Amino acid sequence: MAINLKNLPEDEIFYGAKTCQGCGGLMACRMVMKVIGPKSCIAIPAGCMSATTTVYPQSSLFVNNTVTAFPGLASTIAGMSVGGEVMGWDEDTTYVAFGGDGGTVDIGIQALSGAAERNDNILYVCYDNDAYMNTGNQKSGSTPEYAWSTTTPTGPCSKGAKNKYRKSLIEIVAAHRVPYAATASIAFPMDLLRKVEKAKQYRGCRVLHIMSPCPTGWGYDPSKTVELAKLAVETGMWWLGEYENGEFRLTYKPKKLHESTEAYFKGQRRFRHLQPEDIAEIDRNRDNEWKRLKRVFNINE
Amino acid sequence: MSKPKVGSNVHIPTSYDSMFFGASNGVGCLPTVNSGFRTFHPVFDYDTCINCNMCWIYCPEGCIDRSSGRMEVDMDYCKGCGICAHECPKKCITMVRDGE
Amino acid sequence: MSKDFLSANEAAAYGVLLSRPKVVSAYPITPQTTLVEKLADFLAQGKGHFKYMMVESEHSAMAAALGVSMMGARVFTATSSQGLLYMCEMLHYVSGARHPIVMVDANRSTATPWNIYGDQRDVYAMRDAGWIMLFAESGQEALDTVIQAYRIAEDPTVMTPVMVNLDGFTLTHTYDLVDIPDQELVDKYLPPLNTTNKMDPNDPKTLCMTVGPDFHSEGRYLQQKAFENAAEVIVKADKEYAALTGRSYGGMIEEYRCEDAELVLVATGSVAGTTRIVVDGLRAQGKKVGLVKVRCYRPFPKAYFAGLENRFKGVGVIDRSISFGFDGTLFSEVKSAMYGSGAKVQDYVVGLGGRDIPKELIAQMFEKIEKRVEGVQEDEVQFLGMRW
Repeated sequence: MAINLKNLPEDEIFYGAKTCQGCGGLMACRMVMKVIGPKSCIAIPAGCMSATTTVYPQSSLFVNNTVTAFPGLASTIAGMSVGGEVMGWDEDTTYVAFGGDGGTVDIGIQALSGAAERNDNILYVCYDNDAYMNTGNQKSGSTPEYAWSTTTPTGPCSKGAKNKYRKSLIEIVAAHRVPYAATASIAFPMDLLRKVEKAKQYRGCRVLHIMSPCPTGWGYDPSKTVELAKLAVETGMWWLGEYENGEFRLTYKPKKLHESTEAYFKGQRRFRHLQPEDIAEIDRNRDNEWKRLKRVFNINE
Repeated sequence: MSKPKVGSNVHIPTSYDSMFFGASNGVGCLPTVNSGFRTFHPVFDYDTCINCNMCWIYCPEGCIDRSSGRMEVDMDYCKGCGICAHECPKKCITMVRDGE
Repeated sequence: MSKDFLSANEAAAYGVLLSRPKVVSAYPITPQTTLVEKLADFLAQGKGHFKYMMVESEHSAMAAALGVSMMGARVFTATSSQGLLYMCEMLHYVSGARHPIVMVDANRSTATPWNIYGDQRDVYAMRDAGWIMLFAESGQEALDTVIQAYRIAEDPTVMTPVMVNLDGFTLTHTYDLVDIPDQELVDKYLPPLNTTNKMDPNDPKTLCMTVGPDFHSEGRYLQQKAFENAAEVIVKADKEYAALTGRSYGGMIEEYRCEDAELVLVATGSVAGTTRIVVDGLRAQGKKVGLVKVRCYRPFPKAYFAGLENRFKGVGVIDRSISFGFDGTLFSEVKSAMYGSGAKVQDYVVGLGGRDIPKELIAQMFEKIEKRVEGVQEDEVQFLGMRW
């Protein structure tokens, strides 16, 4: 039966986490686990999601789970998957890793690359909030250009060639020929849930990269998490696609690709220094990136 | 209300024998509530609500319970972020200051 | 039982095979490679019944091993030198979470200066990682110690990972005739891993959790208790192994010709073998000398050294590592444990970066400690066998 909001289970697998109000990362984890369900083991590296869910004697997770080292997330979950196999756990158990963007595209990418190359039977989920948020918003390999962070103070640090392109995780893992990889956004739950459902059906290394705004780090009212995530997709600052059977596919056509990205940046403290010429530059970069993406997705317009 | 309750599965050790072993613990242990995060709480206008589930799926906390047939909020774990009210297509959720 | 001509790495690989791990996760590094290659050979020959995770780094080797152990499966890994340093973070994760992983460390120097040869700088740099650290002297002891290591690690009162140390090249790559015990015998000695510290589909767990200031010290106290228990378990494991195979290594400490000795050298690992020969030679000349082999570095055989009191007149330590700005690494432990003893002590730092430790050098150590006992004042810590 195809997934819809009505037939999702009532049980929560993440509950009572001490995340900030309006946490996009927690929203992403919850949505993923709504589809994966209780027949699962979870690994989370040191970071927001472990510091808020499993501080003894609290455990805000309701299935087998562990905390692991920042660079070792993918290898830990791979070990768990192999361990489960040799211990005779049911084959339909899903081994899920939840890493942030820093833990994935920076310090964790070697372990993820290894797991992807070995095609270990794991579901690796990166909830991307654009920076190292647990340590107080430092730049990661996924921080967009012009974004203020505590290590990219406004000015020459936050822009220029070094910051121009965030790492495209899905293309990196696709280069390993994994069976399934997708980008998603918490603002598009049906798209996200369907991708999780698809990923669940594959065996091997599956990777989801989910944009998950962070009210504390980005500096906006927590009620606007979904609104901002939606604007990011519509203005082309994030895209929804998947990689399956060796092919890339765009799963959602953004509606504001021909408009300025300004709407997305308004209301975020980390972008409040942007001048009209900065926005114009971002728009140009966005347009160039989409020219490239259209080639990746084989879209002819 | 079918949500986990505060105090569920919490065992505070009182001796070395009852300590965690190797930093391991049970799951689903909720020693404290999260209501301290909250300034405003959501109030539903059930006459307008169409049970579209948007608030339910977007709630980061998963603290909206729909098992009774209408949306009910677990006030122990609602942090008052206001995403439900902001995303409600019918605008049937109002954020009301706690205590009012 | 069968006999084969094996290097210590290969012998250790047999120890692993006989211990029936369910998973091996490893990354190659000289001089550990021939061990993990042998394990791959076992798989290729259909002898091994384990999954082999060929990970992309040592950090992942230990992270994957942790993942496997968290599912309740026995796991093995091996590394050396830079690899050990690279997985350092995971060593702490594993020990604090009390997962009984066994690892062989082929002892090798640490860069820089870059050097692939044997000394013990790598293992001593990991001193406080919370691992039990055993040293083997021979290929036979390597095989036997790996099997004992699982028994020790998985003891319910210990539940702490064990590192089995083999001196790089001088041990790992030298061949000797090794007894390979029968599988049935080892099975009698080493039952399957049974632990509650694991994930369970019917009784889910949170593992490796964050523990704040409120309970942290208590958790660390329990780790210290586990090491105190290990001190007894290591001796017991050795005795029971001896009952089955006839081979004993003394548990934590082995004394060689120490009964009436006045001067002894303390050594770990392969150099103990050379020292035995020197002791025999000097004994033939009527010298009252002996060897104290430290087989277990953590837990440290503190009670043994504290109990020496005035039994020996001079105690020299053969160190293959130095803690810069202080003493040779083993020496500082021995001296500290002997606090209050009337014996004269001296430290000999030798064999760094794979430099040979010939018999003459060891004989020179006995001369030096004898002079020290006679009242000759020399530096307490000395580099010996130097070019200049």
